[in-house]
Amino acid sequence: MLQSLERLEKPDASARPPTYGVGAGRVRAGHEQETAAITDETPADWVALVARVRDGQDAAAFAALFRHFAPRVKAFLMKGGASAAVAEDCAQDVMATVWRKAHLFDPSRASVATWIFTIARNRRIDVLRRENRPEPEELGWGPEPEPDQEDVFALQQDSAKLGAALAELPDKQRQLVERAYFGELSHTEIAAETGLPLGTIKSRIRLALERLRHSLS
Amino acid sequence: MIKHHLSDDLLMAYSAGQLPEAFSLVVATHVSLCDECRARLAGFDSIGGAVLEHTESAAMAEGSLEATLRRIGRAPESPAISPPARGRVLPRPVRDYVGGGVDAVKWRNLGGGVRQAILPTSRAASARLLYIPAGAAVPDHGHKGTELTLVLQGAFSDESARFGRGDVEIADESVEHTPVAEPGAACICLAATDAPLKFNALIPRLVQPFFRI
Repeated sequence: MLQSLERLEKPDASARPPTYGVGAGRVRAGHEQETAAITDETPADWVALVARVRDGQDAAAFAALFRHFAPRVKAFLMKGGASAAVAEDCAQDVMATVWRKAHLFDPSRASVATWIFTIARNRRIDVLRRENRPEPEELGWGPEPEPDQEDVFALQQDSAKLGAALAELPDKQRQLVERAYFGELSHTEIAAETGLPLGTIKSRIRLALERLRHSLS
Repeated sequence: MIKHHLSDDLLMAYSAGQLPEAFSLVVATHVSLCDECRARLAGFDSIGGAVLEHTESAAMAEGSLEATLRRIGRAPESPAISPPARGRVLPRPVRDYVGGGVDAVKWRNLGGGVRQAILPTSRAASARLLYIPAGAAVPDHGHKGTELTLVLQGAFSDESARFGRGDVEIADESVEHTPVAEPGAACICLAATDAPLKFNALIPRLVQPFFRI
């Protein structure tokens, strides 16, 4: 498994600086540069990498996902109040779950970032709040083996647009949304009026669900 | 056909992982029954994805990738997804708390044929199953805090609306009502509240400390 790390297909991914900022305290500084510097990969590339992990236990594909997402998961958990050591441990757990549950990822319903966010959020509730997290019943026995590629592409595009819309929100509003998802706001403080365009993505997922229901019945 | 859905605030707080466990249970159970809210929830989850994507990074420790690959190697195969509990009264999130279906619920009588079973959640809010015989009224009550009531079997109506399977009523302090179960099947509800219910009649109030209503 480890040998295949050598044949990484995206050498540029490893050339990127491994970190941009440090510590839970520095949350907002440099946000603009950070957003600009994020990555060359598109959401569709991440989908392909998860598929390679799922179909071929491809350690090189996993390494590329790890390099991008593990440091973000770690920062996300630290902003939610985890110490660096706990966040490191949990981020490794989250990424191990990405490998093990790759077959459950449905790219017609979520981007890879969204899927990893849900795993990280559940880990945060489990470890930091020591609470159980009730999850909705799954629709069937996992996603369709081959979801419609156009659906997948459209959903991934929508997710990218939502990310861009978040980056363009006025600072105060964006910070409120971020704090809600980092876990800094209580449920009574959370107001769902984000100013983000959720209509398209919601309709798209609704259609994907209908298709999935249809294929299961 | 579900008519009464979760609010955006509840879905977003659930997506952000900030709801008390008892409320999360109601949200997860409603979403199990409602594709509309499942899609809305996925929309809020995608905000979480965007936040994660745009967040700063925190450097991982040296050798963390190799350590993670070792964890993967050690872990047992993840279990298959449980088949959906389609057509059953209790959707899977509730079954997980009850340890089975309706037959496994450990009911306690509240009088008048009304029964309840407290579910084991964290103490920030409480969750319980309510069994109301067909045609019976739930004791007249007002609310402190927020109360979510999700119908799993039968239906109830109050002064404002009718609630059938899958419908969720969101009541706050301004709501004082008398829900009545419809004739036909007994009404079974999943209810969660972040404060003890306050009963208006004298006797139920005296009973309250014993039954943790």
